[in-house]
Amino acid sequence: MEKLLSIFFIYIFVDNFVLQRFFGICPFLGVSRKMETAIGMSMAVVFVMTMATLVTWLLYNYVLVPFNLTYLQIVTFILVIASLVQMVEIVLRKISPTLYQGLGIFLPLITTNCAVMAVALLAVRQEFSLLESVVFAIAASLGFSLALIIMAGIRERLELAKMPDVLQGSAVTLVTAGILSLAFLGFKGMISL
Amino acid sequence: MLIIYAIAALGLIGLIFGLLLAIAARFFAVKTDPRVEAVKEVLPGANCGACGYAGCANFAEAVVAGDADACGCIPGGQDTATAIGEVLGQEICSTVQPVATVFCIGDCFKTVDRFTYDGVKDCSVASEFVGGFKACSYGCLGLGNCVSVCMFDAIKMGEHGLPVVDTEKCTGCGLCANACPRDIIKMLPKDDAGHLVLCNSHDRGKAVSAACKIGCIACKACVKACPEEAIEMVDNLAVIDLEKCTDCGECVPKCKPGTIHRRNAIPTAEEAVAEASRETAETA
Repeated sequence: MEKLLSIFFIYIFVDNFVLQRFFGICPFLGVSRKMETAIGMSMAVVFVMTMATLVTWLLYNYVLVPFNLTYLQIVTFILVIASLVQMVEIVLRKISPTLYQGLGIFLPLITTNCAVMAVALLAVRQEFSLLESVVFAIAASLGFSLALIIMAGIRERLELAKMPDVLQGSAVTLVTAGILSLAFLGFKGMISL
Repeated sequence: MLIIYAIAALGLIGLIFGLLLAIAARFFAVKTDPRVEAVKEVLPGANCGACGYAGCANFAEAVVAGDADACGCIPGGQDTATAIGEVLGQEICSTVQPVATVFCIGDCFKTVDRFTYDGVKDCSVASEFVGGFKACSYGCLGLGNCVSVCMFDAIKMGEHGLPVVDTEKCTGCGLCANACPRDIIKMLPKDDAGHLVLCNSHDRGKAVSAACKIGCIACKACVKACPEEAIEMVDNLAVIDLEKCTDCGECVPKCKPGTIHRRNAIPTAEEAVAEASRETAETA
């Protein structure tokens, strides 16, 4: 239980996927313009990451390992992630066309999002149990969501802020991301596995 | 043996996911209106944005939803409007196709240059740079922003340094009119009849004649000559109301600089070049 809690805490704050490990920067910068799409994206990522890790862990330990096929792990994981993202896209298009339009290109981009792949690979590499892997995936995706939502909140305010023309747009976004990353450095060393 | 396991494992995983996706796709299928697709088919597909929507697909959706007029597609003109009307089974509306008209005939032989411009070949840049290199601050700079923006290859830069519109190819989308930093290109209903004052200068007569041999000097001779009272002076520039113009041509001989032309008799690049070479021969 203690290990589960520390995994949960570590991957939300200490080893935040976006701000400390540089995974998933693309949607972090791309979808953080509006709070609504940021929350939608977060939900999609939480779903895809958790499901992907669950399925990949099962496939890895019950199919790839017994048949000595571990060298196929990357292609298998890609297959799983791509199918899950496709699933999310089909469902989302039906139940929330607005969110579907808002996410735009970033929804299919989760397919090749390194954060999703990293969770699946790291869960296997760190030899987590099934429960630990799922907690790890939930924590990592919540960490991603936290970073994305904080960023969206800041950027919505930045829209109204006065600033020199040269800073506007991408420049100020990247500077903000850097400062956010510095802030999360404060959690470093608090807890370790 | 290993390779068979590998193929079987990957194949099975792929098959299971494929089946799941197929079921999901059927279960969560989104019904789209087949008419949207049909309308999209008959649109030109240039995505020019003249209708006010982002692209042809968005316009098709808006037309089917009833938010946009079936005549909204300007490049498609009457043919497209008729086709859309047939698809939707609604009354066919009639369009008047506009055509781009260049309101400047002060070519490089007739209008004086104030200095040699060596900067970026872009009308907006040149126009901002100390008021443009041409002596007339309203006239065409001839760097071709309108030419590069045209998707239909309907506007070309003539040898005389003015853009020439191919009225056959012009779809009336108005991209060139938006691209012109000096608003020299105007969209007029496609028609040969009617006369136009082909000048854009709101300068006073003296300044115009110093800068350009063929610009409107606001002498009001045409206003007095017109029997239909179709010509009006607007801020030092004569403007002919095409709806009132009966094409009598009374104004043409009265115009001293020769700014007024019939719409189908706008001087071509060849005429301008020939006239310029004749004048140089005479002076020599």
